[in-house]
Amino acid sequence: MSLRIYAIAYLVFLYAPIVLLPIFAFNDATIIAFPLSGFTTDWFGELMTNRSLHTAVKNSLFIAVMTAVLSTLLGICAARAGAMYHFPVKAGIMGFIMLPLVLPEIIVAVSLLVVVVQIFDMGLSNWTIIAAHVLICTPFCIAILNGAFQNLDPSLEEAAMDLGESRFSAFRLVTLPLVMPGIISSMLIAFTISLDEFIIAFFLSGTSQTMPVYIWGLMRFPASLPVVMALGTIMVALSIILLTIAELLRRRGMARAGVKDKGGFL
Amino acid sequence: MFNKLTSSEGGRGLLLISPPFFYALLLMAFPLGAIILFSFWTQDFMDVDTTFTLNNYRQIIEQPIYGALLQRSLFVSAVVTMVTVLLAFPIAYFVSFHVRPDRKSLWLFLITIPFWTSYLIRVFLWKVILGYNGVINTGLLNIGLIDEPLTFILYNINAVIITLAHAFAPFAILPIFVALEKIDRSLLEASRDLGENKVMTFFRVTLPLAMPGVVAAVLIVFIPTIGDYVTPELMGGAGGKLIANMIQTQFLALNNAPLGAALAVVAMLSVTAISLVFILLNRRWLRGRS
Repeated sequence: MSLRIYAIAYLVFLYAPIVLLPIFAFNDATIIAFPLSGFTTDWFGELMTNRSLHTAVKNSLFIAVMTAVLSTLLGICAARAGAMYHFPVKAGIMGFIMLPLVLPEIIVAVSLLVVVVQIFDMGLSNWTIIAAHVLICTPFCIAILNGAFQNLDPSLEEAAMDLGESRFSAFRLVTLPLVMPGIISSMLIAFTISLDEFIIAFFLSGTSQTMPVYIWGLMRFPASLPVVMALGTIMVALSIILLTIAELLRRRGMARAGVKDKGGFL
Repeated sequence: MFNKLTSSEGGRGLLLISPPFFYALLLMAFPLGAIILFSFWTQDFMDVDTTFTLNNYRQIIEQPIYGALLQRSLFVSAVVTMVTVLLAFPIAYFVSFHVRPDRKSLWLFLITIPFWTSYLIRVFLWKVILGYNGVINTGLLNIGLIDEPLTFILYNINAVIITLAHAFAPFAILPIFVALEKIDRSLLEASRDLGENKVMTFFRVTLPLAMPGVVAAVLIVFIPTIGDYVTPELMGGAGGKLIANMIQTQFLALNNAPLGAALAVVAMLSVTAISLVFILLNRRWLRGRS
């Protein structure tokens, strides 16, 4: 019983910052502090007319979509290889691919910065951010896709091949529909990570900012903080919606693959 | 060659794993190598001098600021790790042992959601909570517990530690949860049948079996926290800056990328060394018992 009280207190601790977000986003004062003064939607209105914000949103969406697609493709390769085949030094290779999960983000950021700018003498662009985001998102995609690919009976594909399908069309017609929920779930997670990622984007963004980089810039000006709150409210709401869809799909995927849901994808 | 590869199972596996493998090789291993190489070079404004030199490392050793920052960073990471894992263990235990099986994924989902929302905004909101006019201070003032706002909770190391412990919570909970889930419940019954009480059963059966999860949680919190510069920048004030802030400054503001690279290498090496020692110290818990 006391453990349950602790658990609930812990959830309050986890959610405390997020709960405050909408409260201040609708608060009619430029200072972010209690007591609240009144209700307003002005801060959201300001978001609508802000040109540089719109550019940042467009950049972020492009980066997040490309990251979601590319990292999920790499994730599918790794999850399928891990689940279906035995090959030399498998554990070593898989561990190596999962390594970005524990690599400090600043290390990823500065090492790519050195390679791109100093060694290849290329300019920074949205693509440099995408390249880095794919690297850090792939391990998460693999973790989610493993749930969909493991315990998938290999004899299903073999049966399709015995009945005359090629290896690829057997995969497309039999396995792909079964793992589809996992794939969409993985894309949504990668999309969310990329959309919110700041540390790497700050180093690798060229002339065009992403949304978190833009928010970072706003944070220096106290007058623009309520706008940050409004923007944050939208981002958090969007994240929660996407994550809920991802979670539901992940569960459906596991049910299709016949795996008992052990919860969580890490 | 291609046919030979696709004809065997091992070959097909290797072929399939090669895109993610080469991606990680090209965008992780190769850049890490580059940054090590770079740390032995020097930079004068925009020109990079590629003659081999240990000057950057000499500078790090000789100027006390770098050592102090590194020490402070490792200390903060260690405290954050300890706080996070200690707070996380009871939650993982609760979800694994006291929640109905069909409710477990809901609990895990609730725990992970805050982690996926914008990091920058979460850090900023901690500033709102802990600030001079923040939630805690106005709350405590209103109920009359304090006469003037507390100042020791923002713009110092405490604030950095609280914020980071919040940010990395799910990272600690999930590995411990997975380890607890794997424990065969009949072992606990056996221990009780043999006369151990609840507490002793926990310390002599549950905890040793959960140690692989605890070790994983420690590593997965300790290693990435060293690389965070957002929290110290926003929460740390003048005295709370960490090594990652220095790396960022060297790269972006001072234009001394080689020194920044050397600092990154030193930070990585220290973290890796500490992690290896930690694994070594805990190796008796990690031996395969499956």
